[in-house]
Amino acid sequence: MLIQQLVNGLTLGAVYTLLALSFSLVMGILGILNLAIAELFMIGGYLGFTLIQAGFPLPVAVLAGMTGAAVIAIVIEKVGYQPLRDAPLVTPMLSTLGFSIILQNIATNIWGSDPLQLPIYGDQYTLGPVNIGEMQLLVLGATVVLVALVAYIVQKTPMGRALRAVAENREVARILGVSADRLTMLAFILSGSLAGVAGVLIALHYGAITPYLGVEIGLKAIAVMVIGGTRQIWGALVAGPLIGIAEVLTVAYGGSQVRDFVVYGFMILILLLRPQGLLGGARSDQGQRV
Amino acid sequence: MSTYYASLLAESGILLLGALSVYIILATGQLSLGNGAFMGIGAYLSSYLTVALNVPLTLALVISAIAAGIIGAIVAFPALRLKGIYLAMATVGFGEMVRSFFLNFDTMGGSGGYRGMQHISVGYVWLWAGGILIAVMLLERSRVWLEMQAVHDDETAAGLIGLNTVVTKISAFAAGAAVAAISGGLFAHHNVYIEPANFGFERSVDFVLAVILGGSTVAPGSLVGSLLLVFLPEFLRPIADWRLAAFGSLLVLVLLVRRQGILDRSLIRMLTFRRAAA
Repeated sequence: MLIQQLVNGLTLGAVYTLLALSFSLVMGILGILNLAIAELFMIGGYLGFTLIQAGFPLPVAVLAGMTGAAVIAIVIEKVGYQPLRDAPLVTPMLSTLGFSIILQNIATNIWGSDPLQLPIYGDQYTLGPVNIGEMQLLVLGATVVLVALVAYIVQKTPMGRALRAVAENREVARILGVSADRLTMLAFILSGSLAGVAGVLIALHYGAITPYLGVEIGLKAIAVMVIGGTRQIWGALVAGPLIGIAEVLTVAYGGSQVRDFVVYGFMILILLLRPQGLLGGARSDQGQRV
Repeated sequence: MSTYYASLLAESGILLLGALSVYIILATGQLSLGNGAFMGIGAYLSSYLTVALNVPLTLALVISAIAAGIIGAIVAFPALRLKGIYLAMATVGFGEMVRSFFLNFDTMGGSGGYRGMQHISVGYVWLWAGGILIAVMLLERSRVWLEMQAVHDDETAAGLIGLNTVVTKISAFAAGAAVAAISGGLFAHHNVYIEPANFGFERSVDFVLAVILGGSTVAPGSLVGSLLLVFLPEFLRPIADWRLAAFGSLLVLVLLVRRQGILDRSLIRMLTFRRAAA
């Protein structure tokens, strides 16, 4: 029973990790919270869901969810972020909120506000006392691969170096010949694609999706981002499963209603005691980094 | 006036108070996305006072406002170590924790909600809403407000010229919490039924939206914003299903063309035919 809970918690945590990473890519570089990521996640989920229902194979569905979310992310960057770049940080955050209202409404109108159901995707395996689905394994595997991929891009490639330079100091990076505008766009695309993939995976894992999926999981993912630290990619990989497991265990042993209390209480504790996050390094300097 | 429009009007008065609660805190440069929680505290406490203890409503509202103000100050004290988005996130967390607390607070119904309050009229709601709006507008002409603006513009500089920025920020937070609690008390006694879901993240966002849409640099902006937020969906009836999308587009549009919100000082001057200060 306990091991089963841990496995379920890990799966949930993996999704939090992906989404938290998606939030922190934009947050780390631009210092703004793109609230629409939660809805990109939901839209990605619906796109994947629809394609699976139509009989397409899983890779196509994942690719579609990813592309769809990335395209919307581009629109959000062009319309909702770029013109407001020099405004106080709250302003672009609210414009992304505007986009999330629009996206949620669009999803409700296209797919209806009732949950869509799908039979659980893939086979179920039994390993001793633990039941684990093919989809669950896929979620876990995909998370590890994607986090590693993002970490590689950000830390090892020239593109990643440029991203980090913009995060450190936009003006100096521009003087040194980095196209800050292009990299801003890139950060939005990367984060949108991640959200899209996460959406498809979680929708198929649960076998159900509603237009309100984004809000619920999105707020938690923001908490995970804070707990892990916005500056470290690996932070999300630690914090996601931690919160996922904490959540599943509180539901199992303390009742489902104290769940949010535990998660957000933990976030506030981290904010107060260790504002740079669990893996955020030794001291908190001003600029946030990826 | 039909009952329907009367209740919309009451709703906008309640939203106005919520918006003002955000506005006061925003005047010191801090964004709170957790004021729905203070509204919830006010709603639950005042309902308990009037229903279980038979306290008269006005007194119950004052008590809840003071209680919420104290809680606000206690919450603000550690929270003020955080800045900008991080403070906003901490307030989101606080809001979710309070909502979660009321969900488990079985003495007052838990997730089933709480009822038994006496219904109040629109007039009573607007007596409070209007009164507090005027109070905030008077506050805007005072020295205290200048200090708040100084903290908003540059906290370090404000500290250097000898202002106590911590006291200013905590007082703003406490005042905001108290106003939000009154909004909650009025909400509870107008709806005569409350449940924890009334006071979640979306409520807090509504408050912020009303301030930003209406105008975040002047108090009457909150009035414009809350009337807009409540009545606009009525005018958008013809496009039924797409109301929210239209609303979201409007939000983005206002931010793009007029990021200070619809109402600002120069517009007020124009509307009142006053000459611009040289």
